[in-house]
Amino acid sequence: MSRVQIAFQDNDESRYIVAAIEQDNATAVVHYEPAMIRVENEGSLIIKRDTVSEQIGMEWDVQALHINLITLTGHIDEDDDYFKIMWNN
Amino acid sequence: MTIRALRDDYHGEFKDSLEKFGGLQLVYLGWDKHQMFCSSRAYPLPPEMRFQELLDNVMPEAFGQHPEFTQINWNRAQWILDNSVFEPDHSKTLTEMGIGHKSLLRLVTPELTGYKGADI
Amino acid sequence: MSPKKLNLKDKYKLLTRDLDWEFSYEDRKEAFPYEEFEGIKITDWDKWEDPFRLTMESYWKYQAEKEKKLYAIYDAFAQNNGQTNVTDARYVNALKLFLTGVSPGEHAAHLGFAFTGRQMGGIGARVAAQMQSIDELRHIQTQIHAMSHYNKFFDGFDEFNHMHDRLWYLSVPKSFFEDARTAGPFEFMIAIGFSFEYVLTNLLFVPFMSGAAYNGDMATVTFGFSAQSDEARHMTLGLEIIKFLLEQHEDNLPIVQKWLDKWLWRGYRLLTLVAMMMDYMLPQKVMSWQEAWELYFEDAGGALFKDLERYGIKMPDYTDTIKQEKEHLSHQAWWIFYQYTHAAAFHTWTPSAEEMDWLSEKYPDTFDKYYRPRWELAAEMEAKGERFYTTGLPQLCQTCQIPMAFTEMSDPTQVVYRESIYNDERFHFCSDPCKSIFDNEPEKYVNAWLPVHQILQGNCGGGGLDKVIEYYHLEDGVANLDFEGSPDAERWKDWKGVA
Repeated sequence: MSRVQIAFQDNDESRYIVAAIEQDNATAVVHYEPAMIRVENEGSLIIKRDTVSEQIGMEWDVQALHINLITLTGHIDEDDDYFKIMWNN
Repeated sequence: MTIRALRDDYHGEFKDSLEKFGGLQLVYLGWDKHQMFCSSRAYPLPPEMRFQELLDNVMPEAFGQHPEFTQINWNRAQWILDNSVFEPDHSKTLTEMGIGHKSLLRLVTPELTGYKGADI
Repeated sequence: MSPKKLNLKDKYKLLTRDLDWEFSYEDRKEAFPYEEFEGIKITDWDKWEDPFRLTMESYWKYQAEKEKKLYAIYDAFAQNNGQTNVTDARYVNALKLFLTGVSPGEHAAHLGFAFTGRQMGGIGARVAAQMQSIDELRHIQTQIHAMSHYNKFFDGFDEFNHMHDRLWYLSVPKSFFEDARTAGPFEFMIAIGFSFEYVLTNLLFVPFMSGAAYNGDMATVTFGFSAQSDEARHMTLGLEIIKFLLEQHEDNLPIVQKWLDKWLWRGYRLLTLVAMMMDYMLPQKVMSWQEAWELYFEDAGGALFKDLERYGIKMPDYTDTIKQEKEHLSHQAWWIFYQYTHAAAFHTWTPSAEEMDWLSEKYPDTFDKYYRPRWELAAEMEAKGERFYTTGLPQLCQTCQIPMAFTEMSDPTQVVYRESIYNDERFHFCSDPCKSIFDNEPEKYVNAWLPVHQILQGNCGGGGLDKVIEYYHLEDGVANLDFEGSPDAERWKDWKGVA
């Protein structure tokens, strides 16, 4: 299976998003690079609204992802309560 | 098809055709395995220039900065013109020898291996 | 009780798809005159899926938030004399290349997406292209704002727009975007939307911007990442367009494959500039060009192509050449600029001993063998007071317009020479793909405005190099030549209190 990846600006909001990713994706690998955080996972990766909201301590809108997002790979599936990237191979 | 365009009769403008160079023609000069010069160079030259004049007047300007330039034995030098082996007659002109507009002439000196023998 | 909130999918449907209308009394073909000439067949635009489901309303909301954050940092950067906190003044030269070479490309992309945002028949695709068009305009504006601060303290920024249309190396990005913009809307989408945005821009914006952060340049890393957050959306648009075209009709496959073969190569050649920025222009290195290439192209791009296989799409057959060139590209590029820096709007320099050791470590199979001796020769000449500025003008590739400096991977000190004869005129290329791009559409590439030939025709100020430099709006001894001894270097020493 191919790896998907997503990267965020290294800041206070992203920190909670990354914590939520780690919670919901057991095999995700997090790389801290200058000014950015890059997360990789085999096949797919999911970001759940409820987990991020819980981490951040307030209601979080999935589309607020756009603010700190740097890049991603894979196909996207987005809905009100989750954001998912995946490869079909 | 020579282009995918809105109109089938589209033709491009040849930006570098011979008549645009005021009576001169372009010749590219390269020196193989001498990477001090990052690439071959473009020179506008008179078509009636003799090969000897090219050696005397143009080559030093093009490649004179190289430490091996003075060691070139011009009588033993090999040449490649437009990707084919070429034997110049020093008394003939560019046109007479088939060095045309936008021809590429490469100097090959196998005994000179470049700075530190590294093809530089 | 307040009315129930619409969910994302419904909101997207109402605020995007519902903006379209039927053509009841006008001919639809006349409304979209560019939709068919490229040979692409669309059977149903409704099959278009925008995975981000971003409506214009949310678009403005999030873009405004990004802008506020960005400008707060610009203010802080300027108020705190951020320019004095970069690792070394040499670093700023990468920004000069960025502003003169990359930023005008953002503007070209803005115009290109405005065109496709008008000309594609499907509403979903049009709205996405429109957003991207606005994004690209935002990118060039934020870049100019960030650089305007550097412009107060360093040479080489002030005439970026004038230079973009004239300087020999800037014809490389300029002609790249002009090639895309003079194609039809679908080729443009595959060229810029997919090949460039999806496959290649990560290499420009991610590792290089991370490098900017590492070199103390807060302003650049911020605009870079802020732009890149739009880029993630652009990437999904690029991926959607290719899937959409391939799913619409089987006849689209050979056309799309040909465009991919062309544009991945065109984009890769353009990134030569980035390779050299990463390996030679960042005083503090983050990762080598080769490492970035492996991570963002071979790894991420590899997964993508594996996914596209189901449609019959293949990796271009020059992929092996690219794989080998990653160990040579940056070194060959910096050598070009090093010897022609007298005609450039930024400074170059001989890499220091530590930098050369880093390059040997990162490029164990190529640096010491092929490239270190070049820098030793350069250093030797410099020590004699004869800093190497080469004479004459380089032979350029008719397609990518880069000097013909790339070498055969089977013999890395032998320059690649390829040629075609069209209409009795000879044309030269740096590589097989550049040759086949020309051979496919010679009537397009005979139009190429090759800076060297234009100079020799007398169209760039006429006369000698001094006139050309004047035509470029360069003042000799200011923004050009080696970094050592430049006004930039002197000012930097002055700020830092170094004699």
